[in-house]
Amino acid sequence: MTLPQIALGAFLALLATFLFSGKRRGFLLFTFSLLALFALQPALPIRYFDFWLPTLALGLVMGLWAGITPLETVLSKENLLSAAWAATLLLLLGLTRIIFPNPFLTASLAPRMQYIFLALVILALGIFLSSRVRAPRQMAQAGTLALVLLLIVLKSPQLSLWSAQLLRVLNGQSAETASSFDLRWLGFSYIAFRLIHTLQDHIKGRLPSVSLQEYITYLFFYPALSAGPIDRVERFVKDLRAPFHLAEIDWVFITRRMTLGLFKKFILADSLALIALSPANAAQVTRAPWAWILLYAYALQIYFDFSGYTDLALGVARLAGIQLPENFNQPYLKPNLTQFWNSWHMSLTQWLRAYVFNPLTRALRGTSLPVWSIILLTQLVSMTLIGLWHGVTLNFLIWGLWHGLGLFLHNRWQDAFRVRVTAWAGTPARQALLAVSGAVFTFQYVALGWIWFVLPTPQTALAFLFRLFGAA
Amino acid sequence: MEKPFHPLRALLKGLALYLLIALLLPFAPPLTLSLYNTPLIPGRSRLPYGESPAQAYNLSLFSLDAMFAAHEVSQSKPADEYRVLLIGDSSVWGLLLKPEETLSAQLNLQDSSFCGKSARFYNLGYPTISILKDLLIFDRATRYQPDYIIWLTTLESYPLEKQLSVPLVANNSPLVHDLIQRYDLPFDPHDPALVPVTPWSQTLFGQRRALADQFRLQLYGLLWAATGIDQVYPASYPAPQTDFEAGDDQFHHLPAPLAESDLAYEVLSNGIARSPAPVLLVNEPILVSTGQNSDIRYNFFYPRWAYDAYRVQLSALAKRSGWNYLDVWNLFPASEFTNSGVHLTPAAETLLARQILQQIQPQCSE
Repeated sequence: MTLPQIALGAFLALLATFLFSGKRRGFLLFTFSLLALFALQPALPIRYFDFWLPTLALGLVMGLWAGITPLETVLSKENLLSAAWAATLLLLLGLTRIIFPNPFLTASLAPRMQYIFLALVILALGIFLSSRVRAPRQMAQAGTLALVLLLIVLKSPQLSLWSAQLLRVLNGQSAETASSFDLRWLGFSYIAFRLIHTLQDHIKGRLPSVSLQEYITYLFFYPALSAGPIDRVERFVKDLRAPFHLAEIDWVFITRRMTLGLFKKFILADSLALIALSPANAAQVTRAPWAWILLYAYALQIYFDFSGYTDLALGVARLAGIQLPENFNQPYLKPNLTQFWNSWHMSLTQWLRAYVFNPLTRALRGTSLPVWSIILLTQLVSMTLIGLWHGVTLNFLIWGLWHGLGLFLHNRWQDAFRVRVTAWAGTPARQALLAVSGAVFTFQYVALGWIWFVLPTPQTALAFLFRLFGAA
Repeated sequence: MEKPFHPLRALLKGLALYLLIALLLPFAPPLTLSLYNTPLIPGRSRLPYGESPAQAYNLSLFSLDAMFAAHEVSQSKPADEYRVLLIGDSSVWGLLLKPEETLSAQLNLQDSSFCGKSARFYNLGYPTISILKDLLIFDRATRYQPDYIIWLTTLESYPLEKQLSVPLVANNSPLVHDLIQRYDLPFDPHDPALVPVTPWSQTLFGQRRALADQFRLQLYGLLWAATGIDQVYPASYPAPQTDFEAGDDQFHHLPAPLAESDLAYEVLSNGIARSPAPVLLVNEPILVSTGQNSDIRYNFFYPRWAYDAYRVQLSALAKRSGWNYLDVWNLFPASEFTNSGVHLTPAAETLLARQILQQIQPQCSE
């Protein structure tokens, strides 16, 4: 997000609180979030896809909501009005093509109105059919599967290239210039994980009753659209429903987080980005000490970038009375890898713990597998999934395995030596030494892991790894 | 008890602080903090210049202070060093040449010594062709205790009409005003081509681009030190033009015959006259085409009528002024040029270095 976009986002959140303290604030946030879904989507080389992808996201969300919501609720006046307003916004976005000579609120010109009408008809039909399928549990399972498959296609370079080629051909464009970056769908990773959370909670009977307007606002909430955090729907809706007045705004929190966020993102991260490890400079660096500097610069850059965005998201959301969950808690100062992962992208790790790690652990406990192998398996599976969430490539897989293995080793180390280490660390000085050395070791381990994250192939990553130790 | 927070007061205080800094900035000394020439980052072997900073780890900026602070010439001069500075355009800077292939690097490879001191050649070329830009750098370079200056020029440096519009010149109007006065130059200090300094441009907001550029130059210094890369080397590039349209004999829309009054020879003369060190003036090599209509043009830059007249004029001026002058205009065949009529191959740079070395006439003090 750019500085003007952040300023506009903060202004709109403040405006919503300034104008309305109750339900209408929710309506404004719903409207702003829907418009932001289109406005923040970057331009795509496949014609009109920067309009159709957000539309598809909206269709998916509305369809899945209709599938897991009782029919009488779907057909309530409030929800029908929300659906009608969403459709109206889509049509208004389409009208910008006629009113403005240049793209307005969309990255490129919106499609012709007749196509938007057609899309709305298909959307309405989809929602209607979805609401008529009276098997919400199966609907939720099928929805989860579809989302996972969609994520795999989008995150896999080859599959997304093939998809781009196919879509280009269907769109009457040349497939020769297709690229795996043609389908950059802003925020879809987060939208998908939020959707899976609601679908899985629905299956378990834990999903609270939410209106269409609340559901859409939760999924597309604009401060958290592009970089999270992944909130929980019941917590989000509680804030959204609670009356919130201008006088309740926590200015100290907002000023601190937004100043910090701007400083982290636009001063620290953007500066470090100039010297951070990249596929281009990895092969150019001549000596090991410089390779370490580049690697550390990347480790710090990714932290300041991501946590800076989180600070901004939390600050903007708070202006509208929404308390998004924290995502970072000084991860690089943690004394071990387990605590690092409890402090890094916390909302993602909590999501994964809830929907992968814990269910898998419970399932494996019923088998005859030894405890250590259950720990190894669950850690590897969880971290591998986090890796693949970033992209279905060999290097992201290795990055996930690196961390899964690290977590397993830390678990075993702790199990074997905790008593002895605790006994040894009897004095404050020894405790401090333990904490500092642990933090240094953990940072080092995480930094070495970033090599697999930032470089595109195992060959380039290995070559850089050797260079770090003076072997290349 | 914790004091209540008043956002409006905080905003006003912040604004007041910003205004204070912004207003005081014009009175602050120029920012010359540099990470270059420190144990962390060595000085660059050529002045910062680059249009693709993210790939070249180098960037163009307008602050001569920052540019020279990033250059190795800023290091203190060893007692046994005979310091030779090379002034010129992109051919001296070394477009498409690695640092070790440039003219100054080739001169250093010759291991020469003058006046009992070992000669060290510094590349102060800068990739825009303008004699006033050269003088701007020449004038600044005289602060770095030169023992000798080699100034390479070509006809394209001289047309009067282009002198003030070169970006480095246009964006250094206070320095150019000073040059006009001290060197008695034939330019209007109020020429609209010169970007004026206003109270607004002096504020923190007005200086934001310059400050950001200086900051980025320091960061890119780390990557320059880490990789040794300071420009993008394309795998292939178009060869210089050798075929020309019939009748294409224009040179900056100047009428034939070439009048001395249309060229900025005065900048060169006054510069050399005020030089603290002996100067060798070199008319640099150009591509002499043998292609279509090469009887009209030597190359993309020059019609024959203009270039021939220029050579006669410069040679006469050098003779009249008693300058040490080397004319190597046709030293190399077309195959020794890379992507332009003035950019040489590494092999040609080696030969040119040898030619130049023979022409240096040091004036040794007792």
